[in-house]
Amino acid sequence: MTNQQGPAIQVNGLEKSYKELRVLRGVSFEVARGSIFALLGSNGAGKTTAVKILSTLLKADAGTARVNGFDVAAQAADVRESISLTGQFAAVDEILSGRENLVLVARLRHLKDPGGIADDLLRRFSLTEAGGRRVATYSGGMRRRLDIAMSLIGEPPVIFLDEPTTGLDPQARIEVWQAVKDLAAGGATVLLTTQYLDEAEQLADRIAILHEGRIIVNGTLAELKRLLPPAKVEYVEKQPSLEDVFLSLVGTKA
Amino acid sequence: MAKHFFGDTTVLLGRSLRHITRSPDTIITTAIMPVALMLMFVYVFGGAISTGSGTPYVNYMLPGILLITVASGIAYTAYRLFMDLQGGIFERFQSMPTARSSVLWAHVLTSLVANLVSLVVVMLVALLMGFRSAAGVPAWLAVAGILTLFTLALTWIAVIPGLTAKTMEGASAFSYPLIFLPFLSSAFVPTGTMPGPLRVFAENQPVTSIVNAVRALFAGQPVGDDIWVALAWCAGILVVAYGFAMRVYRRRIT
Repeated sequence: MTNQQGPAIQVNGLEKSYKELRVLRGVSFEVARGSIFALLGSNGAGKTTAVKILSTLLKADAGTARVNGFDVAAQAADVRESISLTGQFAAVDEILSGRENLVLVARLRHLKDPGGIADDLLRRFSLTEAGGRRVATYSGGMRRRLDIAMSLIGEPPVIFLDEPTTGLDPQARIEVWQAVKDLAAGGATVLLTTQYLDEAEQLADRIAILHEGRIIVNGTLAELKRLLPPAKVEYVEKQPSLEDVFLSLVGTKA
Repeated sequence: MAKHFFGDTTVLLGRSLRHITRSPDTIITTAIMPVALMLMFVYVFGGAISTGSGTPYVNYMLPGILLITVASGIAYTAYRLFMDLQGGIFERFQSMPTARSSVLWAHVLTSLVANLVSLVVVMLVALLMGFRSAAGVPAWLAVAGILTLFTLALTWIAVIPGLTAKTMEGASAFSYPLIFLPFLSSAFVPTGTMPGPLRVFAENQPVTSIVNAVRALFAGQPVGDDIWVALAWCAGILVVAYGFAMRVYRRRIT
């Protein structure tokens, strides 16, 4: 469905209020095709609202947004063909098995051979063994992996990930990061929201900081770093972080 | 996306029916309360109740018990809908190229199937307790039609708290007054002994006409005007509840 030229996502002057609360006060940005874009902000900054508008779940009060060349208000159906949304909480069916979840989404996207698609994704996300088990028995990381696997069905060119690693343990976080990197390597455009600075640093080609409903900076990591005074050279003993200790003890190669 | 409506609804119906077969306790708990009431009324109170109809008491009160079964069954309809909204899977479906109203219709059809199964369970217990019917095939079909219409009407009422509730308890609490309504009708005792205002209420509320019509059909007697009043009530409730539920639904998805 990459039938359109130009940026994968174009947002211009987006505004949204809930009663008196002005959540978005004129948000504008663009995301280039095949890149990873991080929308960084603290809780309540408006990240989820922006994602919901871009994925046609909410209507903006003002401004325009185009996803894969389609207007989110006027061409919502085309936008939905072009995207997948992975919300803040793993949107998986607990009562079904992992494989059944994948088959369900493949059917709802009207694809041929849902079973084959499901088996292929289970393999890619190392869930083959767990595929027949009910999702209720999965760990948080497995659930998130399944969630992301469900988002890849039909290979939508634009993928929204709303706080994909919130509430995950360090290992699961690394698994999700790897999955996101693989997605972008496969040509997809990824917009992710996060409140973790290191996550944006690790993954994103461009980072925008959303604060009180406005984008206050937007640039590459190098550009953002240049906003501060040049680094001074100091000699500091390199102590392992607790995360390094934890990961080496439980035996994961980070 | 309307072209996919029937296919998508079928896929989603399959999903929720799988939920039910994996937690058959929802069917059993739906049936337990009406069965317990039936046991209590037939074996404890029944001997002292004079219906003046000369039929076994179990025949007299079964129609009311069937309505109570439906009223308690639809609490699960609201619950299932509420859980989908909570878990985020509802948003996932809404952001996919799926016929949007399919999600709602699948829940409505699931409610019909689940309530039908509960009704059959209650009816079988009634047979064991000595319920006998003189009804022929057309009368049975008429009973099935009335109960289906009644279930549909109550299901659309259940959709409203399912979409709007803030807590799980809130999603199912609306069913308590509906369960109570048959007690203030001709379901268990003739309305003739009730004091003035209560009697007026009992004789003019929907349950009485439905109970009288189903009772006459079971007994193989002429149904008179009751069946038309019953159908009018069911259709009226259905139309109003459907209209209101769709309004709530549209507000919810935009």
